[in-house]
Amino acid sequence: MSKKYDAGVKEYRDTYWTPDYIPLDTDLLACFKVTGQEGVPKEEVAAAVAAESSTGTWSTVWSELLTDLDFYKGRCYRIEDVPGDKESFYAFIAYPLDLFEEGSITNVLTSLVGNVFGFKALRHLRLEDIRFPMAFIKTCPGPPNGICVERDRMNKYGRPLLGCTIKPKLGLSGKNYGRVVYECLRGGLDFTKDDENINSQPFQRWQNRFEFVAEAVQLAQEETGEKKGHYLNCTAATPEEMYERAEFAKELGQPIIMHDYITGGFTANTGLSKWCRKNGMLLHIHRAMHAVIDRHPKHGIHFRVLAKCLRLSGGDQLHTGTVVGKLEGDRQTTLGFIDQLRESFVPEDRSRGNFFDQDWGSMPGVFAVASGGIHVWHMPALVAIFGDDSVLQFGGGTHGHPWGSAAGAAANRVALEACVKARNAGREIEKESRDILMEAAKHSPELAIALETWKEIKFEFDTVDKLDVN
Amino acid sequence: MPFKSTVGDYQTVATLETFGFLPPMSQDEIYDQIAYIIAQGWSPLVEHVHPSRSMATYWSYWKLPFFGEKDLGVIVSELEACHRAYPDHHVRLVGYDAYTQSQGSCFVVFEAR
Repeated sequence: MSKKYDAGVKEYRDTYWTPDYIPLDTDLLACFKVTGQEGVPKEEVAAAVAAESSTGTWSTVWSELLTDLDFYKGRCYRIEDVPGDKESFYAFIAYPLDLFEEGSITNVLTSLVGNVFGFKALRHLRLEDIRFPMAFIKTCPGPPNGICVERDRMNKYGRPLLGCTIKPKLGLSGKNYGRVVYECLRGGLDFTKDDENINSQPFQRWQNRFEFVAEAVQLAQEETGEKKGHYLNCTAATPEEMYERAEFAKELGQPIIMHDYITGGFTANTGLSKWCRKNGMLLHIHRAMHAVIDRHPKHGIHFRVLAKCLRLSGGDQLHTGTVVGKLEGDRQTTLGFIDQLRESFVPEDRSRGNFFDQDWGSMPGVFAVASGGIHVWHMPALVAIFGDDSVLQFGGGTHGHPWGSAAGAAANRVALEACVKARNAGREIEKESRDILMEAAKHSPELAIALETWKEIKFEFDTVDKLDVN
Repeated sequence: MPFKSTVGDYQTVATLETFGFLPPMSQDEIYDQIAYIIAQGWSPLVEHVHPSRSMATYWSYWKLPFFGEKDLGVIVSELEACHRAYPDHHVRLVGYDAYTQSQGSCFVVFEAR
C-alpha cells in the first residue's frame, strides 16, 4: 500500500527508533556515546542521530515517497547506559550497506560523522566504534603490504622493529639530516623517520632530503650487513606533488615512504596506499591531528574507529601511542585498538573498549607503532604491551645519548634484544625489567650510559580519556 | 658546550639481524630459545650460508624444516651437524610459523669460523 504525503515535522523516533530490529550481517553498525540537551527523551535523541547520519532531514519532504526509505534508513536498535555516567548513553545504530560507496572510507565518515555532530539537540556526540561488515571490507584495498610482507622485505623476524624520528624536527639542511639518519642506522636501528612536520620547507627541499637519506641508508646497509629504511614523508599540499615524491623515493630504491592520513585526508591516503601496493613500497602512517578528534571522552571519534578506518584505507604501520611515554593512552584501550590493526578477528570486549565482534577476513595486518617520550627503561614494558608486531621508536631516547645517536641506537637495540631473549626464555620481563637491563648493560657500555642518563624520567599523568567502567 | 673527554667513539659493527647485538649464547640459553619455538607450535628449521652471501633472502636449508619435532636434543644435534658440515658458513635457527607464513624467531647460532 502506498504511503500518503503528510507535510510538517515528525518526531524522529517514529521512523528511526526500532528496538525490535535485528541487525543484518551486511549492516554497518555504529556505537555512539550521546549526550542530549536536557529534557529531550533518549529515544528521540538517538533516533535523531540515526536519521541525521543517514536518510533523514528535519522536515518531512514529498520526495521521500519516490523511494522506499525503509530500505535505506539508519535505525537505532539499542540504547544502553554508560557505566558511571548519568547524562550520556550509548546508541547503537545499524546502517544498510547500500548507503555507502564501495571502498570509500571518505564516504562512510562523511555520513556517520558529518552534519550530525553539529546537531543542536545534542550537547556532545562521540563515535565510539564501527562494526564494518565483511561485505564492505572486501571492497577496501587495505594495507598495501601487511606485516608478513614487510618482515620478508626488511628481513626482520622474531622481535619488534626499532625506529627513531630524526631530531631536531625542523631546521636541518639535507646533508646534515642525512648524517643523523646514517648515525642512527649504523648504530643498529632498522628504520629512521621523517618528522611529520618535515615536508618540503625552504631550509630543506624534499628532493635534496631524499637524495642524502638514500645515500645514508645505502651506506648503513653496506656497513652493518642489515636491511635498513627511512620513512620518506610524501605528505604534500596536493596529490600530484605527493605522487611525485613517492615516485622519486622509488627511483632511489627506497623501501618505505610515509603519509599523514588525517591531515592529508582519507582520499589521499587510499590513493597513495594503492600506489604503494602497485609499486612494492611499504607505507608508514602518521596520525597528526588525531588527538583533536579523539581525546575528549564525550565528543568526537574514538581512535579505535580511526585505526579501523586506516586499516581499510591502507597503511603498513600506524602510530598508536605508547601507554608508557609522554602521550595519552591507557593500556587496555590501546591493546583493544592494536588488536583491530593486527588480528583477523577481534571479539566484542568492553574491557578493551571494543563494542562489536569485528571480522577482518583476509585483510593483512598493520604494525603498531609506539613513539613519543620513550627511552630504554621503558623497553621491557613496551615489548610486553606491544609484542613483536610493532615498531618501537625512540627519538630523544636515541639522539639524547651522551655519545650521540649511533651509541643511543645501539643502546636501544641491545635493550630490545635482551628483553626479547628474556621473554622467550620465560622470564617476566616487566617485573624483572631492572635485572634484565642491568645484565645486558654489562656487555654494552652504550646501554650502561643510556640507563644512567634517563633513570629519573617518568611521565606519570592520569589519562584524560578512560574506558567507561564503574 | 666544551667537549667532554668521557664521550666514547661508537664503532659500526656488522651484525646478523636479531640477537646480533647480544654476546654469543651459552648452550643453556640456546636451549631456552628452542623450547620457546617449540612451545609456540612453530617448526624449527636450520639454515646456513657463506658470509659473502649473508644478506641474501634465501639461505640454504639444512635438510628440511623439522616439522612436528618436539625434542630439544634433536634440534641441537642438527644445528651442530650443520655447523660441522659447513664450518665456514653462518648457521641460523628459525622458528617457522605456518599460520602467519612468517618466522616467529630467527637468529644465528654459529657464526662462520
